[in-house]
Amino acid sequence: MPICSPMRPARANDTSVRRAPRLSRRLTVACALVVLLLLAMALSVAFGARQVGLAEIIAAVSGRVETLGDAAVASRIPRTLLALLAGAALAISGGVMQGLTRNPLADPGLLGVNAGAALAVVMGIAWFRIDDLAHYIWFALGGAALAAVGVYAIASVARGGATPLRLALAGAAVTAALSSLTTAIILPRGDIGGLVQSWLVGGVGGATYAQILPILPFLLAGLVISLLAARKLNLLALGDDTAAGLGEKVALARALSAIGAVLLCAPVTAACGPIGFVGLVVPHACRLLAGGDYRWLLPFSALGGAILLTLSDVLGRLIARPDELDVGIVTAFIGAPVFIWIVRRRKVGAL
Amino acid sequence: MSHPMSHSSLHAQTLTAGYAERRVLDNVNLTIPAGQCTAIVGANACGKSTLLRVLSRLLPPSQGQVLLDGTDIHRLPTRHLAKRLGFLPQSPIAPDGITVLELVSRGRHPHQGLFNRWRPEDDAAVVEALSATHMEALADVQVDELSGGQRQRAWIAMALAQQTDVLLLDEPTTFLDINHQIEVLDLLTDLNHSRGTTIVMVLHELNLAARYADTLIAMAKGNVYAMGAAAEVLTATMVREVFGLENRVIADPVTGKPMMIPLGRHGGVAHVQD
Repeated sequence: MPICSPMRPARANDTSVRRAPRLSRRLTVACALVVLLLLAMALSVAFGARQVGLAEIIAAVSGRVETLGDAAVASRIPRTLLALLAGAALAISGGVMQGLTRNPLADPGLLGVNAGAALAVVMGIAWFRIDDLAHYIWFALGGAALAAVGVYAIASVARGGATPLRLALAGAAVTAALSSLTTAIILPRGDIGGLVQSWLVGGVGGATYAQILPILPFLLAGLVISLLAARKLNLLALGDDTAAGLGEKVALARALSAIGAVLLCAPVTAACGPIGFVGLVVPHACRLLAGGDYRWLLPFSALGGAILLTLSDVLGRLIARPDELDVGIVTAFIGAPVFIWIVRRRKVGAL
Repeated sequence: MSHPMSHSSLHAQTLTAGYAERRVLDNVNLTIPAGQCTAIVGANACGKSTLLRVLSRLLPPSQGQVLLDGTDIHRLPTRHLAKRLGFLPQSPIAPDGITVLELVSRGRHPHQGLFNRWRPEDDAAVVEALSATHMEALADVQVDELSGGQRQRAWIAMALAQQTDVLLLDEPTTFLDINHQIEVLDLLTDLNHSRGTTIVMVLHELNLAARYADTLIAMAKGNVYAMGAAAEVLTATMVREVFGLENRVIADPVTGKPMMIPLGRHGGVAHVQD
């Protein structure tokens, strides 16, 4: 009766021993990512449209702003912080969405969430004359949440509920509809065209601390909720029936993770405009590094997203000197080939 | 870790259930024998999978209730139920890149609180489940690299790690080669004998159901057609009426249990008629 035999302590340790190599590998990768992030931050502060010397960098970082170079560097600090936060938030948000829809192609852009946020902000600008971020955020949150609920509702109408495929199709349809609505609102409004257009591209240029502070509470709440949802996502990954059989309330788990995902991506969309590909590519890349456990995957994605967006922003500043390329364009250029590479390298398959 | 031979009883009372447009189960009353291995058989769309889903609370009944040791399972807290009743769907999905060990570990979920760390008894349960399913050597292999039979054993190991008194399985042998079907059914029988787990499974293959189940439930048109020991249930009449198949039932030369032989139109029927 092998199943009934009392446990031998030596055997009980077996799984801990086997967990060790994977754990140490994950920690190594995590350290490497942190180092990369620090490097990316340093690059972001050091390089830009204006070339500066080491002295100016040190001066600006230590808080003295005397020369034009100091000022340029000082202005890069909040910009770097925003890029870092936005990248981390978008990547976690994408990872959570991939988990809750069990769809490898899910990201805030695909499920209509960013499009909803964008439409709401543009409506706010065009009709309610809102012009500061604190107001953008609420519009973005409302629009994102409505779009998320709408996509979920559309996907759930048919028998069998919101399957990953239906969610993706509903998301694509809603994204298309909302985007054309957004265009329809902007087109006749020459007065707001410039403002909206630059916001819609998605960038962190000209960021100030005033632009970062209002989004922080939302990001923090989204982060906490998403990390709490990580174990639920691990179960959802096994399929709804199995998750329910293991004692998870599937609908509740989905709702909670969706709230976390929206709280992370909507404020970023409000502050920077819609930035694509980060939420899609980073969790996939991290899945190769961290495996499928969301308790590891989400923190890894945060680091990866921060690195990707910060580096993309630096690149955007360098390749278009003396002008700048908005980071949303750069992530699309970097993200698309990386994504194709991931899809080709390994069947993305079921999550 | 010892397992008391606690036999949980599962009753269905006046159970009516279905999907929006279709009533699948119609006033089903039955008691799953505690501590036994029960197989549910029946033609496609007779309601056998639906019955299993209602018994495991995946589908709420429109009328009637399911009682686990006298308590309506819809009144039990989800996690509490999951400690006592496990369910394995027909084709479970393994996420990309998950190892056998990780998969089996997830079976411990109902035993862990929101912030509870992994405890020694969780490790013990996982090791025990791996050993019972002979999956120790494959613990670090990714689930999507396993063969069909190994994969099914990994899923059963996950259900074992859940340590429930009742285990419901929806067609655990589908898509498996015959040797792996036998392997899985042997494994479930071991589990039933050693741990006293009440096992309820939907099976397609009548003869395997008759061989492995203590109790056979034949379903037709959303209700129980016959229920009892294989010798009582698996009869030529039952197969004709439930499956619409001409057949003969003889004694299995190995076990003496009933064995059904279908009479197709091309099976040399003339020679068998007596």
